[in-house]
Amino acid sequence: MTASPTSASERKNPQLGGFSVAVLGLEVRRLLRNRRTMLFTLIFPVFFFLVFGLNAAYANQRVGHGNVSAFIMISMALYGAVLATTSGGAMVSVERALGWSRQLRITPLSPAAYIAIKMLTALVLGFASVLVVYAAGLIVGKPSMPIYAWVTTGICVWIGSLLFAAFGLFVGYLLPSENVMQVIGFLLMLFSFGGGLFIPLSQFSSGLRTAAEFTPLYGLNQLVHYPLVGGVLHWTWVANLMVWLAVFVAGAIWLFRRDTARV
Amino acid sequence: MGSTSTTRASAGESNLSMVSPVGRGGQLEVFEQRAPCASNGSVEKPVTMRDRTEVMGSSGGDDPAMPFAVNLLGVHKSFGTVHAVKGVDLAVRPGEVVAFLGPNGAGKTSTIDMILGLTRPSVGKVEVYGMGPRQAISRGLVSAVMQSGGLLKDFTVAETVAFTAKLFAMSRPVSEVLERAGISDIAGRRVGKCSGGEQQRLRFAMALLPDPELLILDEPTQGMDVEGRRDFWRSIRHDADRGRTIVFATHYLEEADAYADRIVLIRKGEIVADGTASEVKALASGRTVRATLPGMEEAAFRAVPGAEGVEVRGDTVLIHASDSDTVARYLLTSTAARDIEITARGLEEAFLALTGDGDNRADDRLDTPTGERR
Ligand SMILES: Nc1ncnc2c1ncn2[C@@H]1O[C@H](COP(=O)(O)OP(=O)(O)OP(=O)(O)O)[C@@H](O)[C@H]1O
Ligand SMILES: [Mg+2]
Repeated sequence: MTASPTSASERKNPQLGGFSVAVLGLEVRRLLRNRRTMLFTLIFPVFFFLVFGLNAAYANQRVGHGNVSAFIMISMALYGAVLATTSGGAMVSVERALGWSRQLRITPLSPAAYIAIKMLTALVLGFASVLVVYAAGLIVGKPSMPIYAWVTTGICVWIGSLLFAAFGLFVGYLLPSENVMQVIGFLLMLFSFGGGLFIPLSQFSSGLRTAAEFTPLYGLNQLVHYPLVGGVLHWTWVANLMVWLAVFVAGAIWLFRRDTARV
Repeated sequence: MGSTSTTRASAGESNLSMVSPVGRGGQLEVFEQRAPCASNGSVEKPVTMRDRTEVMGSSGGDDPAMPFAVNLLGVHKSFGTVHAVKGVDLAVRPGEVVAFLGPNGAGKTSTIDMILGLTRPSVGKVEVYGMGPRQAISRGLVSAVMQSGGLLKDFTVAETVAFTAKLFAMSRPVSEVLERAGISDIAGRRVGKCSGGEQQRLRFAMALLPDPELLILDEPTQGMDVEGRRDFWRSIRHDADRGRTIVFATHYLEEADAYADRIVLIRKGEIVADGTASEVKALASGRTVRATLPGMEEAAFRAVPGAEGVEVRGDTVLIHASDSDTVARYLLTSTAARDIEITARGLEEAFLALTGDGDNRADDRLDTPTGERR
């Protein structure tokens, strides 16, 4: 049936350490198959937008170059994208528990390619999440902002959510798989309030507000709204983003190293 | 290979039960017919690893251009205080079918993990086709069926194989390996819904993808039914005949005997015997001569012609020997021994003696039933 085994000299290492679009495609398909992930990352954000973003009491009030409905749409897209990328990164937790990471180690897949696949899978899901919220916004027609703001905020949300792919990896390596999703759900809810995604920070007491400015979604949330809101760009937003990015990436790398060393 | 083909066939057809691999009449008969010819001179002395390494050297096979498929040099592995592998030297030549045979916790999986580069030896060196394990895996020279885990529940069978196939520079077609592993009909099924045996076949299918030079199997037939085992081993033998090198770990003496060209007996992290199935069986067979002989030192008994193992219990001595006649003749003619009793050592008991716990022969961790014992 088979030819005799290929001789040693003809054998090659795979290109890109085993990374390929086909592999990425299968990973995305698998992620989309998870009902819970779909619910949290694609249904909830749209639902929240429809509930909070269309309220006649404030939806049409002006904010910067657009209205409040657009502002809330961006917040909900960010919430969805962040949930998506975090769950994408946290897939490693389940994969480790099932021994899949170990199985992959007896294939040519390099650790760097593995992480790249995880990150890109997270980004694809993040993209889908932004897309459905923005599509919902377009369909209901309530959010209003210039076309360039639709595009730039969408791209900023999507690319910015990569920060949380690193967070997902970090948490995925840190926690056992049984409770990783609960912990992530709770932490992200906390971060979302801290970042001002659900309630404007102006409604917080000043002490709480100062604390909130140090949470990981604060900087990113301010930055993604910037094309809509305009005005002054604070360096603290960028600093917040950079520091948390460094923390998550360093944490993920450290735990990843420890993981491969141990098993 | 040829000389053992009859055993292979009979073992292949017999019930490869998990419960009693050696207790069956059929198997013992086969053994007892063959044992005398093994001890009657065709094999003078069991070949141990030490002999082999001396003959072959440690850096290459008969042909220097053809490196060993696996070469373990003084390999130790410790997990904290657990010394799982204690100085293993082993060279596997391309084309060999080698069984790692030993009880639970012997260190089979630990050794395999080092060959696959999943862990690094604490001391010593591992070479696979003359390169590091990781290199060999990256080129698809080596693949493995692991003892447990390693599957994602939310992929289908076909997706799991397709995913793995894409990771290699070159791979066999997905449909071909599914066919060979006998799971074409469940290709669309979610892995989480597959039975244990089906999952094992799936692991096998994945291992076939790179068309590896060396295939490593860690208790590959665990969870498979009788037919599954037979198909599986038929497929493996087919590969082996085409020149694939195979290393497999097993608890079952029967499996090792039936399918391996060479058996490496591992006990508590050490190789205790290494040779062809019949060599190891000769080593493991033989008889026990029991005699009453007060006042003689153990060292003196060791000097008795033909004695291979000596155990002194008060005034009683037990001497293990493949040539028990010589031992008995010596004891009767040259010493004051009396009450001489000669008993055949069962294959199973001999296996336990080789792989069991030294002083505590009743090794309950072994999968073989504990049968009649002293
Ligand atoms: N990661 C680990 N940490 C601590 N001890 C370990 C680890 N892995 C293996 N061991 C110990 O090393 C010894 C050898 O284990 P190993 O899994 O190699 O045995 P085995 O021969 O494969 O056994 P089995 O037939 O049950 O599969 C055992 O005592 C085991 O408890
Ligand atoms: Mg094992």
